[in-house]
Amino acid sequence: MLKDITLGQYFPGNSLAHRLDPRTKILLTVLYIVILFCARWFVSYSLVILLLLIGIKVSGVAPKALVRGLKPIVFIICFTAVLNLFYTPGEIIASFWIFKVTKEGIVTAFFMVLRITMLIMGTFLLTYTTSPISLTDGLESLLGPLKRIKVPVHELAMIMSIALRMIPTLIEETDKIMSAQKARGADFESGSLFQRARALVPILIPLFISAFRRADELAVAMECRCYRGGEGRTKLHVLHYQPRDYLVLLTYTVLLAGVLVLARFGL
Amino acid sequence: MTEIIKTKSLTFSYPPDEGKEPIPALKEIDLSVEQGSFVVVLGHNGSGKSTLAKHMNAVLLPGGGKVWVSGMDTTDENLLVEVRRQVGMVFQNPDNQIVANVVEEDVAFGPENLGVPTEEIQRRVAVALKAVGMEEFTLHAPHHLSGGQKQRIAIAGVIAMEPACIVLDESTAMLDPLGRRDVLDTVRHLNREKGITILLITHHMEEAATADRVVVMDDGRIVMDGAPGEVLVRVEELRKIGLAAPHTVELLYGLRQDGFDVPLDALDIRTCADVIMTSLNK
Repeated sequence: MLKDITLGQYFPGNSLAHRLDPRTKILLTVLYIVILFCARWFVSYSLVILLLLIGIKVSGVAPKALVRGLKPIVFIICFTAVLNLFYTPGEIIASFWIFKVTKEGIVTAFFMVLRITMLIMGTFLLTYTTSPISLTDGLESLLGPLKRIKVPVHELAMIMSIALRMIPTLIEETDKIMSAQKARGADFESGSLFQRARALVPILIPLFISAFRRADELAVAMECRCYRGGEGRTKLHVLHYQPRDYLVLLTYTVLLAGVLVLARFGL
Repeated sequence: MTEIIKTKSLTFSYPPDEGKEPIPALKEIDLSVEQGSFVVVLGHNGSGKSTLAKHMNAVLLPGGGKVWVSGMDTTDENLLVEVRRQVGMVFQNPDNQIVANVVEEDVAFGPENLGVPTEEIQRRVAVALKAVGMEEFTLHAPHHLSGGQKQRIAIAGVIAMEPACIVLDESTAMLDPLGRRDVLDTVRHLNREKGITILLITHHMEEAATADRVVVMDDGRIVMDGAPGEVLVRVEELRKIGLAAPHTVELLYGLRQDGFDVPLDALDIRTCADVIMTSLNK
């Protein structure tokens, strides 16, 4: 049950979006966010919406899955909407007690909600169509130049991929510890919030101890397989940009320029 | 015959608790392992067998004495990578030695570290997975595999470095009987087909029966060393150090004490049945 949780929710597939180089997809996501934040008014926003719709279509991801991904942040979206609604100065339309709703407030709140929703959906497209491994590979390769200023890029990528590898193992272990504690009469389901939080301590401590032990053993095992850090390392799969990667990146850059121009005219 | 591993008066103690005398885990071990042989190291918990195994590829360095791998001194830091490439290690817990979350990526981890070119890595991964009979799982996630399958992936990861010797440090201890048989069949196959030296550390007597040589350890020393037919029949001595002889030998030993004239050195069920039949027909 717990075992099936995966981070980032990757949906395996063979669409164009799946086949793009992970680096292209990361760059596209960054460009998409920049474009989104440059958008000012309906014209530029509809351009971004069009972009998102094309992305969804090309990736073959069910729009339902994207909407479901929004669930955890509904609170943040509502909170932002309310804040913007009441605290934007401008022409007052309605007021009660200390709250004043302004015309500008309604517009800002609307665009803010739109912006956050599209930001989340756009980045979800990345994790839905890119496996964690190629995502890590892509990041390592993109951030490669930072090695020159002593940023431990390889190490960070390695940490990320080991963390991803260990998640199912540790979840399984949590399951086991919980069963073991339940068998000894521990109660995780009832009581006040405080009591329930306290009941977690006997799970977390064994979990931490075993995680450290695992880390120790894994480090020895890695050394035994001649791991010496990133220097002189080769790869089983080497990333190659295809013509389609350049094409998509070029299109996005042109679009970014377009949105910038539109925003300049307040559209 | 050339020897792949050689130790000379190897002594080692773990760092003691504060204010206590260090207790040596290994005492003056002299051992040499011939290239291409299948050696089983037996001993109960705390006999020093795992500590000895960890000296074979410089995970631990000798406190006294020397260890050579293909003539290379394991204390020489410049040779460390080559020592570890030649002697691969498979540990007890399969979950704590698998690095990647796709089988092929994990098998490739060793050669990647050695800087092997990409095409060669791809070839080695295919060969290694075939050698352990796991080629159909190339793109699987390791955490969906059984314990025995994970251990075979770990072995494949070692084979991909093209080692001369594989040390299995109680690698079958956490497996069910089926997984254990899978792993043993795999290493036996590697030993016969590829001539890879196997050093199997275990406390399961049955695993020792088909080895070329059995080394028994107790209290940091080698107490017996010889062919399985010689070592595994020393029932009383084995009992004294907390080990039980294989079931077939125990049975024949019992029969003998009851006055039957049977030899002890029947290490598999077939031979055991045969010698009992011969004795009955007499």
